[in-house]
Amino acid sequence: MSAKHTHICDVLVIGAGLAAERSAIECAQAGLNVIILSLVPPRRSHSTAAQGGMQASLGNCAMGLGDNPQIHFEDTVKGSDWGCDQEVAKMFCETVPIMIRQLDYWGVPWNRVVAGKKKLPDGREIEDLKEKEGLITARDFGGVAKWRCCYTSDGTGHTVQFVVDTVVCKLGIPVHDRMEAIALIHDGETCYGAVARCLRTGDLNVYLAKSTIIATGGAGRIYAASTNAVINEGTGLAIALDTGVVPLGNMEAIQFHPTGMPPTFILMTEGARGDGGYLLDKNLHRFMPDYEPKKKELASRDVVSRRMIQHIRAGYGVSSKYAPQHLWLDIRHLGRKWVWTNLREIANIAMNFNGLDPAKDLIPVIPTQHYTMGGVRTNKDGYAYGLKGLFAIGEAACWDLHGFNRLGGNSLAETVTAGFLVGMQVAKYTLGATQKFDYKLVEDFVKKEEERIKNLISGKYGKENVFEIKSAMQQVMMDHVHIFRTGPSLEQGVAKLQELYRRSLKIGLRSSGKGANPELAAAIRMPGMLRVALCVAYGALMRTESRGSHFREDYPKRDDANWLKRTLAYWKEGADLPTLDYEPVACPYMPPGDRGYGEATAGAKGSK
Amino acid sequence: MGRQLTLSIFRYNPNIPGDQPRMQDYKLEEHEGMTLFVALNKIREEQDPSLMFDFVCRAAICGSCAMMINGRPRLACKTMTRTLPSRFTVMPLPVFKLIGDLSVDTGTWFRNLQIRTEAWIHTNKKFDPNELEVRMDNKVAEAIYEPERCIECGCCVAACVTANIREDFLGATGINRVARFMLDPRDERSDAEYFEVVGNEDGAFGCVGIMACADICPMEIPLQQNLAYVRRKMAKAGLKLDLKGFKVS
Ligand SMILES: Cc1cc2nc3c(=O)[nH]c(=O)nc-3n(C[C@H](O)[C@H](O)[C@H](O)COP(=O)(O)OP(=O)(O)OC[C@H]3O[C@@H](n4cnc5c(N)ncnc54)[C@H](O)[C@@H]3O)c2cc1C
Ligand code: FES
Repeated sequence: MSAKHTHICDVLVIGAGLAAERSAIECAQAGLNVIILSLVPPRRSHSTAAQGGMQASLGNCAMGLGDNPQIHFEDTVKGSDWGCDQEVAKMFCETVPIMIRQLDYWGVPWNRVVAGKKKLPDGREIEDLKEKEGLITARDFGGVAKWRCCYTSDGTGHTVQFVVDTVVCKLGIPVHDRMEAIALIHDGETCYGAVARCLRTGDLNVYLAKSTIIATGGAGRIYAASTNAVINEGTGLAIALDTGVVPLGNMEAIQFHPTGMPPTFILMTEGARGDGGYLLDKNLHRFMPDYEPKKKELASRDVVSRRMIQHIRAGYGVSSKYAPQHLWLDIRHLGRKWVWTNLREIANIAMNFNGLDPAKDLIPVIPTQHYTMGGVRTNKDGYAYGLKGLFAIGEAACWDLHGFNRLGGNSLAETVTAGFLVGMQVAKYTLGATQKFDYKLVEDFVKKEEERIKNLISGKYGKENVFEIKSAMQQVMMDHVHIFRTGPSLEQGVAKLQELYRRSLKIGLRSSGKGANPELAAAIRMPGMLRVALCVAYGALMRTESRGSHFREDYPKRDDANWLKRTLAYWKEGADLPTLDYEPVACPYMPPGDRGYGEATAGAKGSK
Repeated sequence: MGRQLTLSIFRYNPNIPGDQPRMQDYKLEEHEGMTLFVALNKIREEQDPSLMFDFVCRAAICGSCAMMINGRPRLACKTMTRTLPSRFTVMPLPVFKLIGDLSVDTGTWFRNLQIRTEAWIHTNKKFDPNELEVRMDNKVAEAIYEPERCIECGCCVAACVTANIREDFLGATGINRVARFMLDPRDERSDAEYFEVVGNEDGAFGCVGIMACADICPMEIPLQQNLAYVRRKMAKAGLKLDLKGFKVS
């Protein structure tokens, strides 16, 4: 075989974020031989950037008393706008408290209940009970009935990923970092592993496994303005889509977070609003209560983001050196001590990147691409549709806990819970599977990738510039597939993406492509990113309703009669558009109803 | 019109036979609020697509982008070009193995560190999914979070005289990591057990006290304070071991 190295294992985990590592632990503890691949060392994965916290109905803090998995479940289903898999949501809500406690046992320094009376920024008086002192506490987050977001200051993702990584280290699970999966090896029925490119040397590697888990995180970087890490390019989704038989689910469901900070679009955690922060307009008027009298800044993210853009459109946006149009986040009233302990990471970010001290300055904010609800479609046990031996978890998966809008704090919680639950299923499947490889098949996959690389280097396909195509794609997504969508604009967007896709097949390198060459890495990814972008745009064009974060101005109502279904996008070889299929979304426990916030509910028309 | 910047960047691709280490100049117009993340990406996209460097979060929280910026180890993503002269140098971090240009292998280094210091909770308790979590004082939780905030960027290692000459030195980051577990009541290791890990010249006693680490830490972790804490404990443990007749080395 022409690949430099071949590695054989029971379970191949593609990705080293929280979902990946948590599932690897489960498999390793079942006695399986696991290898983890990652673009970067695990502790640099995007999960470490999560600040706010994780939802679990522990019910320890004053505002969380009486909480239980059923209430968490109801919040999750409403949040999803009835787009989620309710069986998954149920399983998730029941398991997540155990996960939080296990993370505690492993070493996460969760913030704890401190007994006593306190006054909230809005004047309410609460009392944390003596009998709960020292148990894990929680903060408020959007779209929830109880405070259940467990946190460590505002470094939750960091502490949780670091602790989970300590367990990976302790178990001796090998991590091959700077190793990028660029194709899945399969015969149309079973997945046998992946071809990967070493980002240290440029060499191709083959990984053969009984089971392969895709845990590659989100695809935010198909947008120009995203809170995501710059490595979140959706390559894991792309290689699954490339098989032709594995569909991506609900790709049109893209979440925009209300508070990205221009001009860098780094996230200001929802914890800031959870802890009592407000949104202000150019007149320093707190406008959210006008639109959402009950939930105010803490309606679900899709709703707050839309209200913000609506308010800007009504002429109340701020124009400043940070951005042509934005709003303000005000956390000054929380006090210097609170800001610089519980919200220290964002205070640092505001200071470092805009020279602002949030204890005395306002922070510019604007809704920004944040989360991909869609992903590799799996069943409730995490098995990918279409190929045996393939699984997906975390943000890369459409398991489907979040439907059309994810609640803040439900993603980190999903990564570890799915890592555990799906990890167990993977272990079960793998223990019963036999390893067989067809060397011819493996070699064909390697040859195909080698050819592709050779042709990119020699310029055989053409001379298109990868960076130009990439930024054009990111702009199309901003212009046509954003928070407010319309048929005609989406149609244009799709056409532009198709054109870019055709150009991406003619990329030629300007540099030598030798060794760990970054231009080559970008060129290899580019067509796949465009295929993923097309799944988002085309799915959005075809879905003629509004649900959760997918909002069509020409179809502003949720349409349960026609659209209580999940989009499945396939990519057939040689195509320049995905093939869409649909499956029904069952609502066994909670029939579709009113969310209690958002356009369908709120009477008040904003702005004054 | 912004300033005209000249970045003198270290170039070397060890994977190309015959490639020679050299400094190469790139010119670029500065704009308002420009960070080195923006500048390096612009250079790669517009001038030299082979230029290697690492960014992940671009928000100063993942630790990927540490490099020597005008001779000082810093995070490139949060370094504003306006804080630099119009001509400056950019070099890779020392100590770590070079991957190419500005990119170094911190992953392998830090993984070895975790394994050498056994940086995980050591406990004989079994996790019981039906039990409540063990209670902890919130102050203790916050105290653990302080050293836990390290993002493993490697700046302190690069700035450390000892680490630059002694390959096995744990550096401030290693000692900080040990301090984190010492503070944690869930970790049942005794001081004597920690002594095995850090009570030597590669650990707490290897520092020669120049304190560059503490000045340079982008997270402003009190590294010297943590070193002092670990040293105090180790000195005591060492004394005890000595008295019991163990050999200390
Ligand atoms: C700024 C920010 C703040 C957030 N805050 C919160 C919060 O407070 N609470 C919450 O619940 N959620 C939060 N989220 C969402 C949450 O952090 C993510 O959804 C979650 O961490 C994703 O975890 P993951 O394990 O699926 O993927 P990631 O952590 O993104 O990991 C992906 C992994 O895949 C690897 N990878 C990718 N492609 C390849 C490839 N082709 N080959 C090999 N490896 C590959 C990467 O190297 C990486 O290790 C936040 C998100 C952002 C952007
Ligand atoms: S890119 Fe993450 S710290 Fe700079």
